[in-house]
Amino acid sequence: MRYLTARKRAEGKGPSHTGTEHHWHMQVSAVGLAFLVPLFIFIFGSALGGTYEEVIATFSRPIPAILTALVIFVGLQHFSKGAQMMIEDYAHGTTRKALIMFVIGLSYALTAVGLFALAKIAL
Amino acid sequence: MADVKRVERPLSPHISIYRPQLTSITSILTRITGNALAVTALLVVWWLLAAATSPEYFATANAVVTSWFGDLVFTLSLWAMWYHYLAGLRHLYFDAGKGLDIPTAEKLGWGIIIGSVVLTLLTIVIV
Repeated sequence: MRYLTARKRAEGKGPSHTGTEHHWHMQVSAVGLAFLVPLFIFIFGSALGGTYEEVIATFSRPIPAILTALVIFVGLQHFSKGAQMMIEDYAHGTTRKALIMFVIGLSYALTAVGLFALAKIAL
Repeated sequence: MADVKRVERPLSPHISIYRPQLTSITSILTRITGNALAVTALLVVWWLLAAATSPEYFATANAVVTSWFGDLVFTLSLWAMWYHYLAGLRHLYFDAGKGLDIPTAEKLGWGIIIGSVVLTLLTIVIV
């Protein structure tokens, strides 16, 4: 008989073999997005369908530009970690590693392109 | 400090013979909507990049985004966004250890399904 607590025995047995930090990150970004997303839907929805000049004017203003940058950055970090969770549930071995790398890379690439576009429009 | 009880237990039923329940369906929909929103992110970033590049490139991207197909994608995205939003709030509530009894969990399930449709329609009307 080994003197282990139930918690000690359970640790590291989930699909990712780790997790509390990951889960905490998901909670923090979820709460952040809960505040950002309704405003973003309103701003983006109003800009969508406008002319080129109107769209440039919208994203040149500080609040729409900063808010969109935040939604892109926080949203894609949330996606990256969420998609990783899904991959860890269904894929194994090298496939798992490759898919996680792809998702993290895709998230950073989309973030970089989005922030570059916003900077070019706003500045 | 109990040791592991080595007891022969029945295995949990395989997912394909398990009756779909509101709680399981609303849970898997959270994952589907969340991951599908990557397509929306891709479209939004492309549209912004086009606006940053030139009026001509914007015209091309904007034509795709505001076509009937673009409208369909963005309307579905809107619903997915609101669904994932409400399901995420429910997840945070569950994480706090609340609402985990079956009647409450099922009420919350209907809440996010109906709520997401209502919020989607409201957004289309207002924005």
